[in-house]
Amino acid sequence: MATVEIKNVRKSYGPVEAIKGIDIAVQDGEFLVLLGPSGCGKSTLLRMVAGLESITGGQVVIGGRVVNDLDPKDRDIAMVFQNYALYPHMSVFDNMAYGLKIRGVPKPEIETRVAKAAEILELGRFLTRRPSQLSGGQRQRVAMGRAIVREPAAFLFDEPLSNLDAKLRTQMRIEIKRLQDRLGITSLYVTHDQVEAMTLADRILVMNHGVAEQIGTPLEVYQRPASLFVAGFIGSPPMNVLDGVIDASGQGVVMPGGALLPLPRPRPDDANRPVKLGIRPEHLTISDGLAASPILVELVEALGADTVVYGRLPDGESLLIRMAGLPSCTEGDQLSVAPQPGALHLFDAAHGRRLAD
Amino acid sequence: MQRRVIFDNKLLPYLLLAPQVAVTLVFFIWPAAQAIWQSVHIQDAFGLRSEFVWFENFTAIFTDPNYVGTLRTTAIFSVSVTALSLSVSLLLASLADSKIKGAAVYKTLLIWPYALAPAVAAVLWMFIFNPEIGSLGRLLNGWGYNWDYRLNGDQALTMVILAASWKQVSYNFIFFLAGLQAIPRSVLEAASIDGAGPVRRFWSITFPLLSPTTFFLLVVDMVYAFCETFGTIHALTHGGPGKATETLIFRVYQDGVVNNDLGGSSAQSVLLMVILIVLTTIQFRFVERKVHYS
Ligand SMILES: Nc1ncnc2c1ncn2[C@@H]1O[C@H](COP(=O)(O)OP(=O)(O)OP(=O)(O)O)[C@@H](O)[C@H]1O
Ligand SMILES: [Mg+2]
Repeated sequence: MATVEIKNVRKSYGPVEAIKGIDIAVQDGEFLVLLGPSGCGKSTLLRMVAGLESITGGQVVIGGRVVNDLDPKDRDIAMVFQNYALYPHMSVFDNMAYGLKIRGVPKPEIETRVAKAAEILELGRFLTRRPSQLSGGQRQRVAMGRAIVREPAAFLFDEPLSNLDAKLRTQMRIEIKRLQDRLGITSLYVTHDQVEAMTLADRILVMNHGVAEQIGTPLEVYQRPASLFVAGFIGSPPMNVLDGVIDASGQGVVMPGGALLPLPRPRPDDANRPVKLGIRPEHLTISDGLAASPILVELVEALGADTVVYGRLPDGESLLIRMAGLPSCTEGDQLSVAPQPGALHLFDAAHGRRLAD
Repeated sequence: MQRRVIFDNKLLPYLLLAPQVAVTLVFFIWPAAQAIWQSVHIQDAFGLRSEFVWFENFTAIFTDPNYVGTLRTTAIFSVSVTALSLSVSLLLASLADSKIKGAAVYKTLLIWPYALAPAVAAVLWMFIFNPEIGSLGRLLNGWGYNWDYRLNGDQALTMVILAASWKQVSYNFIFFLAGLQAIPRSVLEAASIDGAGPVRRFWSITFPLLSPTTFFLLVVDMVYAFCETFGTIHALTHGGPGKATETLIFRVYQDGVVNNDLGGSSAQSVLLMVILIVLTTIQFRFVERKVHYS
């Protein structure tokens, strides 16, 4: 068990800068999720921690030790790969025992440790099988088993669930969470699936183009996204983003349609400032009154537990609304919606950073 | 997994197979049958008459004191050529598989020897090993080592082994490289995270995963060493000095074409065929079991 510190870490592939200086200190036993769109550099960062990719600049410190120049084998980490990377010519037992044998763990101890991991992961029946004789979910478990028998200082996961079907993914997600709670091993987990991130993480590091957009707990990231990028990336359906202007008194923000939304606190300094206005679909409700805007319903998606309405504002901007329960409107209806009080997110119109609350 | 293809036309499958069958018949079954037929006959010097002699030709081979020597030479030659060309090409392929500058050029250069005719290759080796004009030959003699493969049988055997292996390295290299590239990088990465250094990774992961390729090349190289090295030996040493580089295949030629003993030569080629069948069967029975097919 150990802390993992990433200090101003950079990575360049020739002229291309894939990681542009990332800083984070992962606490002992913490579960950190690296979340971001494809190509943002999540895997690259994780592989630099693992020692599979050289570090162009900065430092990686595991358990108080700078590991920049250490081989993967000397970093005391275990990794679970997206394609599992099991040894195809070895039995499940040997797959899990391989790392222990190399480290010279005595045979009886190897057997107890593998047996224990197999029991936790319900792999007992498969120990003599080859990976090719297992289902995707079982292979995934073996990959997990190979990581946990080593009792490493940190676990690294690179999209370990993305090759599974939706149902199995949910199930394995819960198992991973349970396992990590039980073992309390510091974990770095790469995913582009926000549900995985929200459910697994103690903290999420949201990445975009090689920089950390925000580091925070799942709720912080959801409730107070630090930038337009995070706002759009977290939450499904995504947050509505509209152009607005803070009114002359600094008391409210004027919507494109002319509706005036009251601000949670007055912003006299920002009077007449153009802003990007973020409202989550689930924070819009049907209501009349000053803050309400009329919308034309274009499409209604009934998901069962809730309903997503695709609406259009008078000036032509589209607006998503998520309502609990079954649909109460149909295409072509006119509705009047308003955000719940305090549910506004304000971002700078130019650089997209969140305005101080 | 096997897939069954269903043909509507009953004739079509046979038509599709026909060219392959025809080639096998004309170039393999027919000559093999001829060799077997001739191995139990003796022809007169002009090839006009032949007489059925049962196994006289075979008895002659087994009572010929030189034949044991030829067998021994063949064994040394074949084992050395197979082992040398397999190991060198595996080494080169492993190097080419790692990230190096100019890998494409390096790979192309390594593939060239395969395109050379045996005679051309032999001339090339002569330019290296000839004691008077060869670069390495002169160097060796300059250092006081008495190098002359035309007089020293062991040196001659070493040289033909080198030359024959060198020609097969390119072929093996291509297969090994393809085999190596088919091994998922992440499996090797997982092994290095598990604590395996490069050597251990090679022997515990790469080598076993490469075993289908290695096994295939083992069979191919052995057949090559037994049967396809005639040109190299012929051009370099003519089986000499004495009989130092006379392998089974060379002797088949020597007895059949030079000494005009078609019956004896055929008997030898039948024996050669039997030896190869036995060796290949052994390989399939005992070595293939250790092969991991994914
Ligand atoms: N070997 C390489 N040479 C050059 N560029 C590379 C190399 N490896 C990765 N990159 C670039 O670095 C960036 C980050 O890649 P990385 O694999 O870390 O993305 P990722 O966030 O893991 O994406 P995904 O979700 O698709 O796996 C990408 O733009 C990629 O093109
Ligand atoms: Mg990735």
